[in-house]
Amino acid sequence: MSVDAATVRRIAHLARIAVAEAEVPHLQGELNAMLAFVEQLSEVNVDGVEPMTSVTPMEMKKRPDVINDGEITDDVVRNAPDTVNHFFLVPKVVE
Amino acid sequence: MTDLISMTIAEARNGLANKSFTSLELTDAHLAAIEAARALNAFVLETPDKARAMARAIDAKIAKGEGGPLAGIPLGIKDLFATKDVRTTACSKILGNFVPPYESTVTSQLWRDGAVMLGKLNNDEFAMGSSNETSCFGPVVNPWRREGSNTSLVPGGSSGGSASAVAALLCMGATATDTGGSIRQPAAFTATVGVKPTYGRCSRWGIVAFASSLDQAGPIARTTRDAAILMRSMAGHDPKDTTSVDRAVPDYEAAIGKSVKGMKIGIPKEYRLDGMPAEVEKLWSEGAAWLKAAGAELVEISLPHTKYALPAYYIVAPAEASSNLARYDGVRYGLRVPGRSIGEMYENTRAEGFGDEVRRRVMIGTYVLSAGYYDAYYLRAQKVRTLIKKDFEDCFAKGVNAILTPATPSAAFGIGEKGGADPVEMYLNDIFTVTVNMAGLPGIAVPAGKDAQGLPLGLQLIGRPFDEETLFSLGEVVEQAAGRFTPARWW
Repeated sequence: MSVDAATVRRIAHLARIAVAEAEVPHLQGELNAMLAFVEQLSEVNVDGVEPMTSVTPMEMKKRPDVINDGEITDDVVRNAPDTVNHFFLVPKVVE
Repeated sequence: MTDLISMTIAEARNGLANKSFTSLELTDAHLAAIEAARALNAFVLETPDKARAMARAIDAKIAKGEGGPLAGIPLGIKDLFATKDVRTTACSKILGNFVPPYESTVTSQLWRDGAVMLGKLNNDEFAMGSSNETSCFGPVVNPWRREGSNTSLVPGGSSGGSASAVAALLCMGATATDTGGSIRQPAAFTATVGVKPTYGRCSRWGIVAFASSLDQAGPIARTTRDAAILMRSMAGHDPKDTTSVDRAVPDYEAAIGKSVKGMKIGIPKEYRLDGMPAEVEKLWSEGAAWLKAAGAELVEISLPHTKYALPAYYIVAPAEASSNLARYDGVRYGLRVPGRSIGEMYENTRAEGFGDEVRRRVMIGTYVLSAGYYDAYYLRAQKVRTLIKKDFEDCFAKGVNAILTPATPSAAFGIGEKGGADPVEMYLNDIFTVTVNMAGLPGIAVPAGKDAQGLPLGLQLIGRPFDEETLFSLGEVVEQAAGRFTPARWW
């Protein structure tokens, strides 16, 4: 399988990365090189094989549903590009 | 005092214990070495004030006899580990001036045991790369050069800063991370020892995430013993990482020098690649002969799905990366590039903040997870991963204790030499290491010899899950037989 220019633009949008029109052919070539490389997986017989979902066989750990952290609002927002009164500021979303 | 930097951790530990020198003296010697080696670009942030403060504090503790296993040992920290109040960037523009208000579990354990932080080490952006050329701080230079040449070579990646700094005697050991070979490949390129522990052995909490089912922290050091010393402090259960395993941490150092007599060592025939350099092949046979001489039994084994590990990795790792890196949106931390709408702000921020390799991987990951392609790519790759893991399990079930392979298909290459036209050319560097991550196993790279141009080459040993001890015992045999290799200082 390979991707065309329209698909490259669609992937870029899904990934929320602005891609200039001039970059599309180059990206298309790179993505197709990667897709050509992974194409060899289609020759593996995977009938009846379970997909790996856990690297180390272990039971999912659970913890008590209790408050164990908090009151660190200053820390939470201290690296934010734009805040006011402990809120993150973003461009207007709702008109 | 220049001698202070060429010691091993084990030697420095003795020197500190019997008061031959202080941690402050040891730390100052390393800070001076770092300053004189800026041409290597191994450190992206030097923290001399913090280092001296930590050294003074630990000297006071040592004086009272309460040092800890790493008391006074100066280390470098890969910039992927969050360090409290010390800038942490993953060497990406998108993290900009991120200053974590918390400490990663692995580094907090090093400080708990008395280690001193010298600064933050360069790496490929978000650990995506095999040459440390994708860092937003520029490439790291390998302290090793080809004989009679002054061409700058890569130290490997993604833990290139860690490997370069340890090889050049800028720190006594370093933290690193390994998602597809990022500890073992740079270790092999710089004649250092690198350990990728079993998945779950070290906590991932506080380490910038790349591919969560593959990422694992581990040490880079100058000897197998030093790597074992560091491992003991880095490993351990952490309730904050649900994939970390609740298992006692053994005294890895006790495995150094243990007999390997009677151990069954597998030599996988699928790792004998067409076009493999003769010197790599020769080194591999030599390694096998050393282990045999130490009493191990060599058996040819088959890992039939080996060739599919790298392509499966280039689906699984980008898929997980595209999901993990969705958090960089210009809202809560890091870079923000304005836009007319919130959507445009996201797109502009991520376009400006991510480098080419990261963008490529996020895009391919987005594609293989997108509607209509998930089954054909991601699900199939996860099934292939099951088969890769089963290959290893079958060998271990037949009594194989560990597997010996080359660490890399070649020695270090020149900066700018690979991957310019086709990204896959760079990816092939990880062909011998990536299977280990796919199966969640432990692996160690140990320096074993040099190629015709005088560049170091390494051997890799792959172990059973949570049997790092066997790898340390076998690694020590290789180290004793091969000797140690130090680059001639030119910087």
